[in-house]
Amino acid sequence: MTETARYRLLIAVLAMVVALLFVLSLTVGPAEVAPLQGLSALFADDDSLIGLVMREIRLPRAILGLMIGATLGLSGAALQGYLRNPLAEPGLIGVSASASLGAVIAIYTGLSALMPLALPLMALAGALCAVLVVRLMAGADARPLSVILAGVAVSTFAGAMTSLALNLSPNPFAAMEIMFWMLGSLTDRSMIHVWLAAPFMVFGWLMLASLGRALDALTLGHETAASMGVDMRRVQRLAVIGTAASVGAATAVAGAIGFVGLIVPHLLRPLVGARPSRLLLASALGGATLLLAADILVRVVAPGRDLKLGVLTAVVGAPFFLVLVLRARRQMA
Amino acid sequence: MISGWCRRFLVAGLLWAASPAGISAAETPRRVVSMNVCTDQMAMLLADKGQLYSVSYLAADASTSALADDAKRYVLNHGLAEEIFLMKPDLVIAGTYTTRTTVDLLKRLGFVVEEFAPEVSIAEVRTNLRRMGKILGRQQRADALVAAMDAEIARLQAMNLSEVELALYYANGFTFGSGTLVADIVGIAGLENLAERLGISGTGKLSLEALVLARPDLIAVDASPDRGPALARQTFDHPAFRAISAGHRSVQLDSRYTICGGPFTLIAAGILQQAAMTLGGVKPDMGKR
Repeated sequence: MTETARYRLLIAVLAMVVALLFVLSLTVGPAEVAPLQGLSALFADDDSLIGLVMREIRLPRAILGLMIGATLGLSGAALQGYLRNPLAEPGLIGVSASASLGAVIAIYTGLSALMPLALPLMALAGALCAVLVVRLMAGADARPLSVILAGVAVSTFAGAMTSLALNLSPNPFAAMEIMFWMLGSLTDRSMIHVWLAAPFMVFGWLMLASLGRALDALTLGHETAASMGVDMRRVQRLAVIGTAASVGAATAVAGAIGFVGLIVPHLLRPLVGARPSRLLLASALGGATLLLAADILVRVVAPGRDLKLGVLTAVVGAPFFLVLVLRARRQMA
Repeated sequence: MISGWCRRFLVAGLLWAASPAGISAAETPRRVVSMNVCTDQMAMLLADKGQLYSVSYLAADASTSALADDAKRYVLNHGLAEEIFLMKPDLVIAGTYTTRTTVDLLKRLGFVVEEFAPEVSIAEVRTNLRRMGKILGRQQRADALVAAMDAEIARLQAMNLSEVELALYYANGFTFGSGTLVADIVGIAGLENLAERLGISGTGKLSLEALVLARPDLIAVDASPDRGPALARQTFDHPAFRAISAGHRSVQLDSRYTICGGPFTLIAAGILQQAAMTLGGVKPDMGKR
């Protein structure tokens, strides 16, 4: 089988798995609704209670699971290619934490109540700051260590500021919501959140997807890529704004969900051959798969407990991260 | 150089010298400090003029305390040992769950500390009121308050309500099932508690999905806007929640009436009963689908 055929097969399989998990996500929930009855109520044009649950609670949850997963997978693949760093990921380099901070400021100052668009915009601004700081600190050669260290500093700072903002809030519940912003959850999101975040996510996807050819050229190194006619300033603009827009919007409505952008590109890289352009679409689908599966699991494993998504992704992601570090150490030795 | 135990001994001596001399349980306390929002309110209701010196800062917060205005007449404390120590109280009243380290320290320093567990039923409110009355030497006042409460309970229970099912839906989807003060109040108001039908005991989670499907006749929420924005309040803006709570079907139940037990707790029962009776007029055309 040629590499292209194998790539197409992989995409087809991933797309099918995503579709399957999307439907499965619609049939899982705390309320006992028979799967077929629920799915038919989704399309029935009446105002039954089951239809209300399906359309206003489960559908937005499944849509957001798919879109946010795709965002995290895609941005992870794009960042790893752009920074030429296997450990780059929105969670690890502090983009998610900074987007959380932006969203927290928008919500708890009451700004988002006055102007709903302030929520994704503030999250985007937070994410943008993080990407820029990490890019600046990493320097031209983007050494893995400096990227990660800058990321640790940015995410620690953003996390602390988020806690501070929530502790200062006069609302007694705000302090408990630190958990949501640090670990992420899709519980009881609504269509309002979908409409708020989806345009920014799609905008970000388009920018990141257009990076494909440039990322392929970048595997040969900065100078070679530039000599091949890749406009590095344009690449930087697309990568930075694309990541900030998509991850910012995703975080604004679901909190910071870690490790998805790290695991997925690594698992899929051997399957697509070492071509970053092919990894983009595959990682988007892979991210959607992982997040939809995680969101189904939190509802099945601990119903009624509102387990946070970040807990599950960290259980899988942290050991994976350690394995990556070990492998990197062996290569250096 | 003074060795560790010796220094500790000296410090303890100094502290002892500074603490009030006439600590004796038999006498009526003259300078009482309360450190818990619930004991604060009971003490404010019962204490003699000048007997209560300080209450906690939460007692003056209108979102947690039903007697916030009264609390402004007292010195406010934050439950810190140093602060209480300098007030030189002859009696400290605390809750069994809050400010534990302070309570332990104060006891070690020789202060008389009376602790009250939070009430989980109206019966316990009666018991605690009487106990507080005894401690403060105000039994008569306590008996009068309990009698007034019993009269109000009898009045509430005499109301004949058609069957109304109530869902208590608080921030983050919390609800109160059997064995809680709020559930007891719902019973006194003559309403059915959805949480109990769903088998939830104590404080539990009620998912939005389950709430929508159960379609209660009435939903009690605390959505007061004066606490500042938080995600917890976003639930009340969820389209699914709005769809089932439209019209008269939701009632604002301020937490300050239900956080602590006291005569004011019955105000909550009155609010629920009033809302259920308003509902009566529109009930026939909103049967369960």
